[in-house]
Amino acid sequence: MKAVNHSLRALAIGALFAVGAAQAQISDGVVKIGVLSDMSSLYADLDGNGSIVAAQMAAEDFGAAAKGIKVEIISADHQNKPDVGSAVARQWFDTDKVDLITGTTNSGVALAVNQVTKDKGKAFIVSGAASSDLTGKACSPNTIHWTYDTWMLANGTGSAIVKTGGDSWFFITADYAFGHALERDTEAVVLKSGGKVLGKVRAPLNTQDFSSYLLQAQASKAKIIGLANAGGDTRNSIKQAAEFGIVKGGQNLAGLLVFIQDVHAMGLNTAQGLIFTETFYWDMNDQTRAFTRRFIQRNKGIYPSMIHAGVYSGVLHYLKAIEALKSDDGTKVIAKMKEMPTDDPLFGKGTVRADGRKIHPAYLFEVKKPSESKGEWDLYKTRATIPADQAFRPLKDGECPLVK
Amino acid sequence: MTEIFGVPTQALFSQLLIGLINGAFYAMLSLGLAVIFGLLNIINFTHGAQYMMGAFCAWFLLQYLGLGYWWSLLIAPIAVGAFGVIIERTMLARLYKLDHLYGLLLTFGLALIIQGLFRNQFGSSGLPYQMPEALTGGFNLGFMFLPKYRGWVIVASLAICLSTWYVIERTKLGSYLRAGTENPALVQAFGINVPRMITLTYGFGVALAAFAGVMAAPIYQVNPLMGADLIIVVFAVVVIGGMGSILGSIITGFGLGVIEGLTKVFYPEASNTVIFVIMVIVLIIRPAGLFGRER
Repeated sequence: MKAVNHSLRALAIGALFAVGAAQAQISDGVVKIGVLSDMSSLYADLDGNGSIVAAQMAAEDFGAAAKGIKVEIISADHQNKPDVGSAVARQWFDTDKVDLITGTTNSGVALAVNQVTKDKGKAFIVSGAASSDLTGKACSPNTIHWTYDTWMLANGTGSAIVKTGGDSWFFITADYAFGHALERDTEAVVLKSGGKVLGKVRAPLNTQDFSSYLLQAQASKAKIIGLANAGGDTRNSIKQAAEFGIVKGGQNLAGLLVFIQDVHAMGLNTAQGLIFTETFYWDMNDQTRAFTRRFIQRNKGIYPSMIHAGVYSGVLHYLKAIEALKSDDGTKVIAKMKEMPTDDPLFGKGTVRADGRKIHPAYLFEVKKPSESKGEWDLYKTRATIPADQAFRPLKDGECPLVK
Repeated sequence: MTEIFGVPTQALFSQLLIGLINGAFYAMLSLGLAVIFGLLNIINFTHGAQYMMGAFCAWFLLQYLGLGYWWSLLIAPIAVGAFGVIIERTMLARLYKLDHLYGLLLTFGLALIIQGLFRNQFGSSGLPYQMPEALTGGFNLGFMFLPKYRGWVIVASLAICLSTWYVIERTKLGSYLRAGTENPALVQAFGINVPRMITLTYGFGVALAAFAGVMAAPIYQVNPLMGADLIIVVFAVVVIGGMGSILGSIITGFGLGVIEGLTKVFYPEASNTVIFVIMVIVLIIRPAGLFGRER
């Protein structure tokens, strides 16, 4: 590792001398980064404005200006519609000379932009979307899937719960591509670990009232009710499960995708004891806390989600690769990013795999009891760390055509 | 255990009850819409935003003034109703002589602005609101566990709906209101201040939305988008019941809640479309809605 650091430093020094030359290689002299996200609807707090802030902070911390690299950050709302997302991506690449798209919650949108980016030979760092297909069947030489994916969530939360005795499951699943993928990946983990699935129900996206589904789950007598949904759907299911005395009745909930904003919105009284997997929490070490202090000042006091952290880390690594390569050619930069090891204050050291999967540890978190919490955002405690080499799907199982 | 269509009767009973509870919300919201449309001929698209404001009002009262749920049930409808009165006086009052479409566009635009402002200020994740202590826990009914709060929702909603229906259809005040909208000039000639009456009616309709918002705060999220998610369904309820029919909106609200609840058991994937399917069928067979009168 040390040798790598030395060579990185050498590269950086070399880059300093070669500033004039570097500029000549960067298209129009500007590295243009587009944050494409849900800016106005249910996922806006998880990604949205916070991801713009994170990208700006990455450019500042990289010291782009001092290194003679000009970085410009723009943004757009994909409205959770794949057609809107791919139209914006096309316009950005064709007329606005955008070099990198990042953020991008919603797996449907991300899969569409993934294709556009590949066709145009640009770069795409996905931090928001979950579908593990982005590094599986749909993997691309122009895309890196940074923060988390459905396989990781299923593996982290699913196996941990089965190990502690939660061996019979009932799924409440969001009825679209993401929910189906999460349910599929989790069911596989449960069955593999010796558990069984007693039933499942597919609830339409953005359901207000989950009591019908919760009663069905209650009647199934399953030990674990797996929530293969996200955002408002997860929050409503958990809140209403508490109301119907599901947990008091001896059944437990497994939130398969939970963000810190969800826990904050539900409050500790409702969310306490919930177990789930994430790759970042603001209160992990001095570096994450320092980042968070700067971040919240610029994001209306909303703390960073793992998506925001992923955007920061991804953009930082992207700029490092440009510096090393002295070019912003999308395909080449992504290849360089896979070649170089990653190192940043939020995720520590890591790598990017040939299929585009960023590798780092994942953490099994538990929501604190109200008595354990010392502040409004003091919400998680760490139950277990899943080492980087076990957190994500093995390279050979992904069916990615880039891996031969 | 006895079964109906492969579903145990116990499960079926509990789903019927759940449907009735959701229906209570539909009824409260569609009632406000029906009152406003029936008496003012305004299609109030801000209704969802006003419902959301009711929930937020409860949150503000708790957060900044320490006033709990019961105070909110009283104060939030008055506060949001007053806001409605201002809107009616400054904007809607200018549109009565024009086509319905103008009122619809104005209220739709207002709804977008209000939701945008709240979202900008509070984000899209929502805010926590605890259930009042007295209504936590529940009853074991044998076939299901009924949370006390849900029981309260049914009781409160029925009381509000029936008293509103009674006031408008069975009292002298109600007859003035109805006459005032049929022929304002004539009623004014009898010495009744029709514009003020109409303003207060709008305020009352808005207050109903805010009341439903406070009722919803402990079970759903206090979220800037909570009204936008619900308003389309509620409009379908009003159309099925018959635009402007008060009894129609109450009965249809509860009825559709039950139908939706049953759909969640037999074919959950269709639960968010079933109401619209019914709307299409009703419009084909009875264009004025189940309880509507042809105009």
